[in-house]
Amino acid sequence: MKTIDLATQTVRDLNQALHDQAKECTETEWEVLNPKGQHNLAVGLDQKLKVDIKGHAGYYCGGMNKEADIVVHGSAGQGVAENMMSGSVRVKGNASSSAGATSIGGLLVIEGDAGSRCGISMKGSDIVVTGNVGHMSCFMGQAGTLVVCGDAGDALGDSLYEVHIYVKGEVKSLGADCIAKEMRDEHIEELSQLLKRAGVDEDPHAFKRYGSARQLYNFKVDNAAAY
Amino acid sequence: MCGIVGLYLKNESLESQLGQLFVPMLIAMTERGPDSAGFAIYGDEVADDSVKLTLRHEDENYDWAGLAKRLETAFSTKVDWFQNSKVAVFKLIADADDAIAYLHENAHDVQVMSAGKSIEILKEVGLPENIVEMFKLSQMKGSHIIGHTRMATESAVTMAGSHPFSTGMDLCLVHNGSLSNHNRLRAELKREGIHFDTENDTEVAAGYMTYRLQQGDSLNQALEHALEELDGFYTFTIGTKNGFAVLRDPIACKPAVIAETDDYVAMASEYQALTTLPGIENAKVWEPEPATIYVWERGDK
Repeated sequence: MKTIDLATQTVRDLNQALHDQAKECTETEWEVLNPKGQHNLAVGLDQKLKVDIKGHAGYYCGGMNKEADIVVHGSAGQGVAENMMSGSVRVKGNASSSAGATSIGGLLVIEGDAGSRCGISMKGSDIVVTGNVGHMSCFMGQAGTLVVCGDAGDALGDSLYEVHIYVKGEVKSLGADCIAKEMRDEHIEELSQLLKRAGVDEDPHAFKRYGSARQLYNFKVDNAAAY
Repeated sequence: MCGIVGLYLKNESLESQLGQLFVPMLIAMTERGPDSAGFAIYGDEVADDSVKLTLRHEDENYDWAGLAKRLETAFSTKVDWFQNSKVAVFKLIADADDAIAYLHENAHDVQVMSAGKSIEILKEVGLPENIVEMFKLSQMKGSHIIGHTRMATESAVTMAGSHPFSTGMDLCLVHNGSLSNHNRLRAELKREGIHFDTENDTEVAAGYMTYRLQQGDSLNQALEHALEELDGFYTFTIGTKNGFAVLRDPIACKPAVIAETDDYVAMASEYQALTTLPGIENAKVWEPEPATIYVWERGDK
């Protein structure tokens, strides 16, 4: 295992060392000490690495991640795992706003609460939040799955496309065009698999499913004539 | 973009270290606001019949002793004062409004930065590290302090545009964001007798708080009204004689994080500003909810 101490080294040192592993992988296990809320930790990784960040992370931690498994042993600031392609990011504490924004693949697990706009414009990733999510979560979500074991804030799933949203607790309000949907066997199966992958012990039958009613402008074939 | 920070001590034995604890917090927010910085510190309270004024003059060699003498004659009282860089703190037995009116008339080139029983506001244009050094912040004591590092958007990089803003006794406010209805609100508040020194949007928020408190609102009630009346993006930290409050607008685009231990409550735009606080590793750290009022005040510990 290789250790990078951010008390003595820079974020650029850290990211360069991790990026160098993309060409030739010489070390798969990495530990980051004294992150102290610095931004852009372990971004743009492109290798099967295991990265443990021992403390709180600032903005965009694990952004654009490909293949690596990143664990934040603390809380994370805005945009954790934004635009993640594959691999996983796990936050042991809370996450600020826009967690998993525009993420295309991979698994994001937040063991505490997530702030507003969790999963905004997500495009295929799986996001599991053990606690609550804030307002406007999954806004314009296009593909993937968002699982909330606690409560969801206002305007959940506003202008949603095809993300499957599962919430166990209360939903403060649904956004435009987002509706509660029937929980069929295939959804129980999908949710069970995802909870298992995330290592979260919850009964899938306790969740409700939400999705797009497909009534907004983009879903009307008649509007195609405008082009 | 701007940075805001606040530190409220629950444990009185830390009061002698308030400035020392706060210096790295303010400097950590330099990236969010490198063009000016300031802080409002609360402590060293004067008696009920007295007022404490923070005054500033462009000329560092201004004759503060002469001004103190003139005030002593005008108000038939002793003036206790000290100078700190371009700023002087005056303490005297007088009504605050009378003292300010006297200064406006007889020393119009002296700016009144703050008035109250406890508050002192110190701010300048420049890098936060230079400003804390200029005012020797690390040696200051007090019960609570709020600060601001500015990256100007709505008005010029000048002394007048830098935060904190104070428009009422012991009240001050720092702001990250921008208000969109400040012109109309300023006009309305002027009609209600609130005085403004600048065209800055944040001063309007401070003026609004002063107005609501004058109407008899509690701090909580004033902030509830602010949620209805102020339009725009904001994270506010507000200082009063007895405590401090944090409020984010309902959309909550502007960041904020709060940390609490048995010894203190600290807020900052980013967690980076909190890392030097003692016991931060085990503090309760969370993001304040949108449109939710957080208040800590002495007396209701």
